[in-house]
Parts: sequence; C-alpha cells; structure tokens
Amino acid sequence: MTQAGAIRRRARRKHSVATRLWHWAMAAAIVILLASGLAIFNAHPRLYWGSVGTSAEPAWLEIGAREDAGYLKIGEQSFDTTGVLGLWHTSSGHRQYTAFPGAVTLPGPYALADARRWHIMASWILILGWPVFIAVSLLNGHLLRDLMPRLWELSPRRLWRTCRDHMRLRPHDKARHGIYNVLQKLTYSGVLGVLLPLVVLSGLAMSPAIAAAWPWLLDMFGGRQSARTFHFIFASLFSLFLVIHLIMLLLYNPWRLMKDMILGGRREEEDPG
Amino acid sequence: MTHRPRARLFTRRRFLAGSALAAPTLAYGSSVLAMDPVPGVEMPMVEGFTYRVHRLIVGDANAREFAPSQISKTFPVNGSNAPTSLEMLGHSKTAFRSWALQVDGLCARPGLFTLEQLRAMPARTQITRHDCVEGWSAIAQWTGVRLSALLERVGASPEARFAVFHCGDDLIGTPYYESIDMVDAHHAQTILAYDMNGAPLPTGHGAPLRLRVERQLGYKHAKFVQRVELVSSLHGIHGGKGGFWEDFEGYEWYAGI
Repeated sequence: MTQAGAIRRRARRKHSVATRLWHWAMAAAIVILLASGLAIFNAHPRLYWGSVGTSAEPAWLEIGAREDAGYLKIGEQSFDTTGVLGLWHTSSGHRQYTAFPGAVTLPGPYALADARRWHIMASWILILGWPVFIAVSLLNGHLLRDLMPRLWELSPRRLWRTCRDHMRLRPHDKARHGIYNVLQKLTYSGVLGVLLPLVVLSGLAMSPAIAAAWPWLLDMFGGRQSARTFHFIFASLFSLFLVIHLIMLLLYNPWRLMKDMILGGRREEEDPG
Repeated sequence: MTHRPRARLFTRRRFLAGSALAAPTLAYGSSVLAMDPVPGVEMPMVEGFTYRVHRLIVGDANAREFAPSQISKTFPVNGSNAPTSLEMLGHSKTAFRSWALQVDGLCARPGLFTLEQLRAMPARTQITRHDCVEGWSAIAQWTGVRLSALLERVGASPEARFAVFHCGDDLIGTPYYESIDMVDAHHAQTILAYDMNGAPLPTGHGAPLRLRVERQLGYKHAKFVQRVELVSSLHGIHGGKGGFWEDFEGYEWYAGI
C-alpha cells in the first residue's frame, strides 16, 4: 500500500478521531452536567429575572410541595406534579420533597456540595475541549464540509422537503449533501456554535469571581438571577436536543450509527470538493 | 502521470512539529494550573485548577457595586441566626461596648481591637450582591474596616498565607470558621463589616462583625467574627479543610464559582 493510498483510505472515514473523541467526551459531560445541574437546582428550586431573587420574592418558575401534592408553578399557572416534581417516592415508597427526583439527579437529589464538584469538573471538559474541537474541525475540514449548510440547501422548498421526510420518519432523504442532511447540519452547528457557548457563558456569569472580571457577562444576560434562569433554559434546550438525537438514532439504525461513532465508519460517497 | 495525493493540513511532519511545541506548553500549563498543590490548603485537583485559572483571569478586579435604590428589601438570614458562644451572647446585651476582636497568629503586633477602634480605622462602604451557594441573591450596603488595613496594623508576617476567621456561632455543636488566602485578604473590597444598610449589623447577619469577601459565595462570609488568626497552613485547624462547610459537607474552600 502506498502512502497516498493510506491517506485516501483514512480520508474516507465518516467520523474523524477528533470528532469521535469529542462526541463521547461531550456525551459524558452533558449527562453529568444535566443530572448534577438538576441536583444543584434542587437547593433553591425557584427562578427569577434580574440581578436578585430570594424566597421572599416572587419567582417566575417554582417547583415545590404543599401538604400531599407536588407542584410546578410558572407565572400564575400551577400544575399538579405529584410523583414527579416536588413530591415523589423512592423505590421503597418513602416520600421525598425535592424538586427533581433522585432518578434524574447526580449524585443524589440533595447533595449540593458533591453535585457542584461533579458539575464544575464536567464543565471543564466542555470549556477546554470545545476550542480544541473547533480548531481541529476547521483544520480537517469537518466544520465547513460537513456541518455548514450549503446555501442551496437552505431554500424554503428544500427545507420543507427535508422536514416532510423527517415527519414521515424517513430522516435520510436523498436531498442531503455530504454525510448530513440540512436539518442535521443546522442542529449540530446550532448546538456547537450557539447553544454550547451560551450555556457555558450563562454558567460562568453566575460565578462571583468571573462576574467581577467580566461584568459584561452579567449585562449580556441581564443580571445574575437572569443568568441562572437562562442557564436553566439553555440546559432544557440541550436536553431537548439530546432526546431528539436519541429518537433519531433509534428510528434510523442505532447499532450502525453507534458503531460508526466509535470506530469511525466509512463515507458512503466521495466528497466532491 | 504520477498520482498526487491531495494536500493535507495534517501531515506526519506537522503533527510531530506541533506536538514538539504543544508538549512543553501543556506540561508547563498543567503544572501551573493543577498538578502542584497550593501550599497549606487541601484542594482536590479540579478545585485547584479552577482556583488557579480564576486567580489568573480575575486578578484584583472588583465585584460589581450597585446603587442605593437597588438594595434588597429583604435579605435572608441563612445558617445560624445568633451567636452561641456565651461570651458573645453576653456582649450582645451591652451593644458590644466592651467586646474586642482578637487578631493574632503570624504577625508582629497581635492585639485586641474594640468596635470603637475598628470604626476609627480605614473603612470602606460598598453596595454588593450576596450570592448564596444555594442559588439566591440579595443586595445590601456594607460598611467595615478594610482587612488590609488591619493586617498592616498588626504587621502581618510574610509567612502568613491565610486569614482564618473564628466565629461566635456554631452549627450542630461545631464552631463556625472560615478562611481566605492573602489575595482575597488584601483585596480592596474585603472588609470586616460592622454596618449593614447604614445601621449596626443586625444579630442575624452576624453582629458585631462579619466578613465580606465579595468575589466568593455566601458561606465564605463568616458572621459573628471574634478572632482573626494569621497562619501559613490550614492543616490542623478544626477539620483542616479551611471552613465549617468545607469540613462538614465537602463544599469547596475556593468558592469563586
């Protein structure tokens, strides 16, 4: 095998080593961040707008329990969430009064000190890994070749066709260019380029030390409690992405796609340029 | 015609050259940021890394200060709401007139300072946001003696790395205490506050004296401070982790995030 042949074979990998490493590091980090984030939220399950907010002031979102019922309150609207939020039962039937239940929190429904350590540890994976992945993906072409939608892909007719195919549960339509269709490109570049920086920045804005160094972060989100609210909203969008991502995986070909993301896979078509 | 492979950004040679440059940078960076422990304080690796990065980024930047109109109408009392030491309870009945703050440890002139003496020393007034580790925030105005002025007065020794604040309250029978490094101790906004919102510090907020260390979370802001001890290491003081919550529940000693 000549060297050129080896290079060409490597170039036909569907996912580069960098993409695969980042994918799994991010998968682990996101799961830890979401679960420990919910545990941290449980320490004060109320959200506010502006700089300040305490239990003495109205919250725009609140999870709590009164007597025998758990509730979620958004604005003036109250929803009974007994068994899921606010009041839930352990597998042995014990009543628990935390906002989010043990099943979705890490390392436990009320473990603020440890949850914070998990959360900050995993956040470093994103903060340190993201610029490296972005730089490598610019250099190896992944970002512009695979993740940037082509202009023609963004025409309303094409977008509509791809959406229609998705709704008919045929996500891999013929209208794709490269390894992803336009909806995937928009989702992945949106998560990587917009949602991830926003969730990190809104988290950093809550740090009293970082906020002292970079006061524009607080202004960007409208104060510390607004930053906490936005952090929660961005994290919710992340979980929405995660759910859709997993549904698409299951609908298409979970074992093939998982195997490709672990071993690299092969590109089905040669990239024209 | 010979087959020419497409030009690639990642060639073996460039990879090796890049690694040769990256390796010492990474080695240096990791030793600066995480691998070498900070002397005198026990911090797990991630906390130590966060601490170093924050010290690098934040420098001596001030926490944001607010306008009088932004002061919170209610400021929660969290943790203990009254002192438990019999001595401090006694003083609270006489408005702390004969009470004195003890400053000792690694310094040339350890001494006792009455509230009157403290009020005569260089002071600072600041309206700042208090961020509890639980997640809530409230704004208040604090007036107090600058810790840096106090350290200068007692002639803090260069070996002193930490200021330890011993408190007159306890939780579950263990005295409350906290500690900060000299970067925070000398910071312009670090004060021992005797006034809150223009009036003497209320009991629930730590009368007669509470620490304000504005770039860290609420549990660092020790209330009912009765003694400041200057030390070179936190080992051997109570549980050895630098504070009540650090010892008891494993909260971070560095609470800048």
